[in-house]
Amino acid sequence: MDTTSSAVQIKGLRDGLLVTLTGEVWEEQRASLVEQIDERQSFFKGARLALDLGPQALGVNKLVELRDLLSERGVSLWAVVSESPKTEKTAQLLGLATRISKPRPEEARHFAVDDLGDETALFLNKTLRSGMRIEFAGHVVVLGDVNPGAEIIAEGNVIVWGRVRGMVHAGSKGNRQSVICALDLSASQLRIADEVSALLEPQSDPKPEIASINPEGRLQSEAWTAG
Amino acid sequence: MAQVITVTSGKGGVGKTTAVANLAVALAADAKKIVCMDGDIGLRNLDVVMGLENRIVYDIVDVIEGRCRLRQAMIRDKHFEHLYLIPAAQTRDKTAVSPSDMVRICDELRPECDYILIDSPAGIERGFRNAIAPADRVLVITNPEVSAVRDADRVVGILEAEGKYSPALILNRLNLAMVKNHDMLSAEDVLDLLAIQLIGIVPEDEGVIVGSNRGTPVALEPKSRAGQAFRNIAKRLQGESVPFMDMDKQGKLWERIQRSVTGRRV
Repeated sequence: MDTTSSAVQIKGLRDGLLVTLTGEVWEEQRASLVEQIDERQSFFKGARLALDLGPQALGVNKLVELRDLLSERGVSLWAVVSESPKTEKTAQLLGLATRISKPRPEEARHFAVDDLGDETALFLNKTLRSGMRIEFAGHVVVLGDVNPGAEIIAEGNVIVWGRVRGMVHAGSKGNRQSVICALDLSASQLRIADEVSALLEPQSDPKPEIASINPEGRLQSEAWTAG
Repeated sequence: MAQVITVTSGKGGVGKTTAVANLAVALAADAKKIVCMDGDIGLRNLDVVMGLENRIVYDIVDVIEGRCRLRQAMIRDKHFEHLYLIPAAQTRDKTAVSPSDMVRICDELRPECDYILIDSPAGIERGFRNAIAPADRVLVITNPEVSAVRDADRVVGILEAEGKYSPALILNRLNLAMVKNHDMLSAEDVLDLLAIQLIGIVPEDEGVIVGSNRGTPVALEPKSRAGQAFRNIAKRLQGESVPFMDMDKQGKLWERIQRSVTGRRV
């Protein structure tokens, strides 16, 4: 086995350690990380770890396995930074942070979004449950409910084919043209750009609604109809 | 080979320990071999609810740290020959056990029994991770209260995210009189939000508290309604199809639940 193909870089951050894994084969990357930790147990014991996985695409099982391996060694994994949307989504599902205090250069991120054009959307085919937080630099479409305690923060529009009872923020970078649409918008807190709505009255007979900022600059919702 | 079933809730005090004790005796009454594990290291009480407190010599941490064999930490129940309890340690904390320890212990027990029931601690931290690590099946228990349901929703989300088999729901302490006065969430309200499979509804029953204090779970009382509900859940766990209890004397509850379950989006 070529041992130089996967390397572990360790850097100190203000609030823990940042470990960058390079290489291509996940099993090798994982093995070299665990090996590093086992060799320097006293250094790693009790550490808060952020992982930069580069382009590696990981599913839930692999990330859970890694988190358990780390937790058995007294290391707590709190953040995963990745260029792979799959890994980023997995990390969000597991409640791990996907941004660390040393943010990637702001310009570079905007550039990436511009590159994809105005029509990038994240499609979520499931119900968002309490504690889930989806942040996305584009539009978000949900086929399912947004339950109380769940949060969606999108730079573009948010469309929910279901009930919204959690918190939804559209146009999070200040786009006041953004809208939020749902089959039932009742009893939720909505934000568009920097406008915040109070709790909407629960509807006894929910109808699809669209929320936007009206010409007077207030957040309002109205019936969502064709056209 | 045994099936490992973990009972969890997120919120504390909704009836995890009571449910484990009752399901254990109900399954044991069907002549099954059962091992219960208390996952609440540091705040153990499954031993008290099962009335086995004064028989504890070794606990799960002794097994993990090699001070005794697994067999020595298994306490035989007073009522059933094939029901055992592995108690939690009271003087340690959750970090004394890791998820892989739990998987290892369950793998050792699997060939010897039919069901392994694990009582999860409240919360979603280490103790909860330990309790769900070996689970083949997870039962989420909640009360018809907004805060308990919200925590159950969070737990269901975590279980789904970790790729565990979709959990089933026990709705505990439902008070039909309060539901009728619109003072309590109804079974439909809870199912509407959580949108998972319902495996049982346990009515509010003072006998449950009395049973817990005496160390004789209500599932042993032939006349108790809550006991009947737990016996029904035990049957459903074994794959039998048992109709839901008629909570409302006028009937209709089951029909309404069925409608809300089949009519929902997935």
